[in-house]
Amino acid sequence: MALISTQSLTVDTRVKALSVELHRGEVLGLIGPNGAGKSTFLHALVGLESYAGKAESEGEDLDTYTRIQRAQLIGMHPQIISSAWPISVKDVVTLGRIPWGDEDETIIHEAMESAGIKEFSDRRVDHLSGGERARVWLARVLAGQPQVLLADEPVANLDIHYQLSVMDVLKKYAAQAHGVVVALHDLSLAARYCDKLCLLKEGECVAHGTPEEVLNESLLHSVYGVEVDVDLNRQPPVVLPK
Amino acid sequence: MAEKINITPWLILLLVLVTWLSLGQGTVPISVLDGLADWFTSTQSKEALIIGEIRLPRTLLALAVGAALGMSGAALQGLLRNPLAEPGLVGASQGAALGAASVFYFGLFAGAGTLAITVAGLIGAMLALLLMLSLSGTGRPSLVILAGLAISTIAGAALAVVLNFAPNPYAMQELVFWLLGSVSNRGLDSLVVLVPALLVGGIIIWMQRPLLAALSLGEQVAASMGMAVNRGSRLVVLGTAILVGASVSVAGNIGFVGLLVPHLLRPFTGYRPDQLLLPSALAGAILVCAADIFVRLLPFGQELKLGVLTSLLGAPLFIWLVIRESKRWP
Repeated sequence: MALISTQSLTVDTRVKALSVELHRGEVLGLIGPNGAGKSTFLHALVGLESYAGKAESEGEDLDTYTRIQRAQLIGMHPQIISSAWPISVKDVVTLGRIPWGDEDETIIHEAMESAGIKEFSDRRVDHLSGGERARVWLARVLAGQPQVLLADEPVANLDIHYQLSVMDVLKKYAAQAHGVVVALHDLSLAARYCDKLCLLKEGECVAHGTPEEVLNESLLHSVYGVEVDVDLNRQPPVVLPK
Repeated sequence: MAEKINITPWLILLLVLVTWLSLGQGTVPISVLDGLADWFTSTQSKEALIIGEIRLPRTLLALAVGAALGMSGAALQGLLRNPLAEPGLVGASQGAALGAASVFYFGLFAGAGTLAITVAGLIGAMLALLLMLSLSGTGRPSLVILAGLAISTIAGAALAVVLNFAPNPYAMQELVFWLLGSVSNRGLDSLVVLVPALLVGGIIIWMQRPLLAALSLGEQVAASMGMAVNRGSRLVVLGTAILVGASVSVAGNIGFVGLLVPHLLRPFTGYRPDQLLLPSALAGAILVCAADIFVRLLPFGQELKLGVLTSLLGAPLFIWLVIRESKRWP
């Protein structure tokens, strides 16, 4: 049974009748132009947007979950995030335990370990570089040990080193029998890291399947309006505008 | 960066010290220990009378008012994610002032005796709060500030009308002095109102610690972590208004405590808004009590009002904070 499945999930006119499935161990990539509804879909899953249609986890309607239960099941790494106070890295990660109402040291350390931020756990979050901070925000989500991790453009504004390190963390998390949904603009990264892709345009799913099925030149051209070069046989795969 | 240390035990120690000093401070030198012992055992003595009737109410009131202001400031700054937010922002202070002024003007609640001002102040604060909550709707920070400002303005205008048409100069003078803020000559009765309000408001805020912590990362993240952001925010505002309303209705306006205390303590708590509540309450109590001791030490014929002192001390500190804030990114 799918860890997350949606049937005709609709958010006003921003997401139209989206039906997707996410299984344990999978990374599902949401791709598509700006305004295609990627963030809105993620917000609907975590409960920040109300929606029509159905969203289920292993057969259970998400509407039957309490707010806290849903937060325990689904963790979200938002596109834009900042800390109002100059708190320490460890304190940021500790905030990830809020859905559970504890401050479990072991779990917090594991989360910092997986995100590779342990060596600066005592530093203030406002003293970090953008790349370091991105992994701190991610560690905060990991600390909640969600079955489903939603990441909204987690590599935007990161250099290539941090892009790979963040995607590696997500891939590894999915491999531990969790599910990851990630919105991406970088199609090469999408081809490299995602098991399934969903190509969105104006709130509708244009194509859904493996990277091989979704990333073809004519389809991408029709959605993005630019010619795209796709070479999935290279290691790592390359998808670039011409 | 200041190291995160547990300052609560030190604050408690300081609180005991300042309480002791406050009980010992007065024109008649007496033994505090004897006075307390006599008062507790209901032994008739000069010491028991001075401690029980004058100094103990004054000290306890200063502590309670300070704790209420310190905690409400910490809660409001955490909620609004703004280090310069002030409890007066929610409109409760002005509402309480208007309520109390109406007593001087209309002679309301004559049956309640000395408690009349307190009761009217509390009602004024609650009315201002209800209006503010209905105006601000969801408890969104920008709306809370706007709605608070609107209510403060209305209450301020009404207060000006009351002052304008004051029936006699004595009533007006009494009212102005009361508004300046003081904890002297209030009597133990006031504590009957203040202590329950302190407990209720404090508990309401205390329950929202996870929300205050989660809000550090913004409303969206807090909501995604299962927090009822709107409901919780309104509860924090409610708790704040109860604390501020009760303390203003008992002691008048004692400015800057709620603004400065949390701001100064924040570095010691690792900037965590949830861990700032208790230290702020303790430090607020210490500060107001210490300020009240200082007021009594001044050699003037007419007593300098406590609220005037805190404003005199607080305003330059506030300006310094604004300058420091403006130099920091962003």
